[in-house]
Amino acid sequence: MNTSESSTSDPQSESSPVETPLSVYDLTVAYQRKPVIWDVSFEIPPGKLVGIIGPNGAGKSTLIKAIMGLIPKASGRVQIFGKPYQKNRHRVGYVPQRESVDWDFPVDALDVVTMGLYKEIGWCLPVRKKHRDRAMEALERVGIADYAHRQISQLSGGQQQRTFLARALVQNADLYLMDEPFAAVDAATEKAIVQILQEMKQAGKTALVIHHDLQTVPEYFDYVILLNMRVIDHGLTEDVFTPENLQKTYGGRLTLLEEATETMRRREQSL
Amino acid sequence: MRAFALVFLFASLWPNCFVLGAIDRSEIQTQQSITDRSISIPEWKDWKRVFFLEDYNTRIVILGTTLLGMSAGMIGSFALLRKRALMGDALSHATLPGIAIAFIIATSFGLNGKSLPILLAGAAVSGLLGIAAILLIRNLTRLKEDAALGIVLSVFFGAGIALLGIVQQMRTGHAAGLESFIYGKTASMVASDAWLIGSAGLTCMLISILLYKELTLLCFDEGFAISRGFPVVLLDMTLMGLVVVVTIIGLQAVGLILMISLLVIPPAAARFWTEKIVNMTVVAIILGALSGMIGSAMSAIFPNLPSGAMIVLVATAMFLFSMVFGIPRGILIRKLRRHQLNLKVNRQHLLRGLYEFLEARGLLNEKQTAESTFVPISTLLQMRSWSPAKLKKIVKRAQREHLVVALQEDQIRLTKAGLLEATRIVHEHRLWELYLITYADVAASKVDQDADAIEHVLEPEVIAELETLLVRQSTQGVLQSPHAIEIQQENANRSQPGSRRST
Repeated sequence: MNTSESSTSDPQSESSPVETPLSVYDLTVAYQRKPVIWDVSFEIPPGKLVGIIGPNGAGKSTLIKAIMGLIPKASGRVQIFGKPYQKNRHRVGYVPQRESVDWDFPVDALDVVTMGLYKEIGWCLPVRKKHRDRAMEALERVGIADYAHRQISQLSGGQQQRTFLARALVQNADLYLMDEPFAAVDAATEKAIVQILQEMKQAGKTALVIHHDLQTVPEYFDYVILLNMRVIDHGLTEDVFTPENLQKTYGGRLTLLEEATETMRRREQSL
Repeated sequence: MRAFALVFLFASLWPNCFVLGAIDRSEIQTQQSITDRSISIPEWKDWKRVFFLEDYNTRIVILGTTLLGMSAGMIGSFALLRKRALMGDALSHATLPGIAIAFIIATSFGLNGKSLPILLAGAAVSGLLGIAAILLIRNLTRLKEDAALGIVLSVFFGAGIALLGIVQQMRTGHAAGLESFIYGKTASMVASDAWLIGSAGLTCMLISILLYKELTLLCFDEGFAISRGFPVVLLDMTLMGLVVVVTIIGLQAVGLILMISLLVIPPAAARFWTEKIVNMTVVAIILGALSGMIGSAMSAIFPNLPSGAMIVLVATAMFLFSMVFGIPRGILIRKLRRHQLNLKVNRQHLLRGLYEFLEARGLLNEKQTAESTFVPISTLLQMRSWSPAKLKKIVKRAQREHLVVALQEDQIRLTKAGLLEATRIVHEHRLWELYLITYADVAASKVDQDADAIEHVLEPEVIAELETLLVRQSTQGVLQSPHAIEIQQENANRSQPGSRRST
């Protein structure tokens, strides 16, 4: 039943080049009544590489997960190419944080990449050769085809990250959401990922990337969202990636807001 | 194709279920108490009866427990990978009150209280209540799942024991034999029970084959599955439902205390043999089948021993074997690999020591001199912290590998092959040292140890990368050492300014 969703898509909306890949309106997400992101609104332009920057605990992963419905929204609305996420999820490729899974799982790199095609293959049907071939192509694109049949715990951190990237690539999505793809990877992997991002951009695709290394921001991203519980600023990198904005983003949290919510949470728990 | 084969098998078994059920229901055996554990030495005819499957009932019971083992192995693989194994344990303990209540209700309505379908229906209801209680405790309070599991498991089991006590007092029904659900007793199993167990087990396997991809994804990466729009909650409930069914149908043969072992042990043992989930499932199915088959056969031969214990002991024997001898993840093979790495490291240290000795004396420029110079072992002994006995062993091994030749006890020289190997090793060692100094800010005085630790496990592609990264410095083919090499110059006190370069 659900398989129809990935195959039938509105052809007109896909051909239109000026659609907004992602718009977020007034999004608030709370863990156990404590807001993690609060009243977040932004839009990102198509065909751009977008970096999400902010300190630890600023809610960057939470934002991405809430966009895809992995965690419930307290309030707010998200649109992917003008429609709710559920309608357009086949156009979104997700690259989770590497630490989010148990790498001792008994599968090899190729198996992980074919997981990106499970939705397309459909219920109850096995993975066939054409799917494995496509997965192999994706592994070649990220440069680790030689490691396709290695058990995933035998891969280096960078190779694991590239496997995840290949799993998203094999879907051929239009918008990619990446949770810290550059975290703790080797130089070769970083280069490979940057290369892939550039290729995506040339193909008119959009990528939203959580990023930690401030030094490389201007080099990697056209567009930046500065996040610390709220959106501090967003826009073209040369406009918003300024020392003042960074000071606002990293120089202390919104202490009063945080204290207030913390008090509220404690009071509710004691009831 | 596999799925079709199973559908066919299942369809062909199904009609028999009713026919045989009608016949065998009448011949429920009178049971001995579970506490009667006296072992009668089986006679030859008992062995024969079981091994040649002469008795129809034995045949069917063994088939039923085999199918039970297969389905438990398969469903257990997913439960284990989903890290939900303990949920199965709480579930099986939570079935006891349901069994007792089902018996009470059935007998008060004048039905046969010991009919397996009725008892299992009661077990399923209270098992599911147990799971619901766990989820409620976890979600409504701030207790963690392990606490919720512990509470539910013990409370339900305690309630079940109390209810069994009440059942014993009842006048209406012949309650003896209900306890066999605690320890498992295939002796109380009749053919129709076996058919019920077998067909339910097959259905579970069929479902998990059909949902193979989706369950795998659920177990590996739940977040990704949600992002792709898979109904993760529904899948999770399906998996839990499969665990429930397998647990319930295993109650009679294995017993509720030990049922968890049939779900966990075969998959855990299978994991030692493979890195592929498909193979793991297949091995778990085979091990589960063997456990069920051999365990229930043993129980048929020794009728007073609980079959649950037999099945678990067989499974455990296979687990222990897999844990020790399993390839590629067993203990032995890993010890062996470590041992081989140690041998390799020792060999490389010896060859590098010899090479550096020769290099320090400028004897490397001509192959002839390099291969004909004997190095006293006492000198080598001072180059590393190895004991004389250990060095002797290393030299012996290198001799066997034709890398060095010994003149007497205390003098060795490199062979042609040894020199070649030593050249390669030293080159790689220095590449790595240079890399550490250049890129990792490691002090030159400390670099030798750091390089030492890692260089032995460098893969060829890393070496190639190092080669391109660090421009080769020596026209001789081997890099100069980036730090001073301490070599005792006991025989020759000549200084070798060319080779003792300090950085």
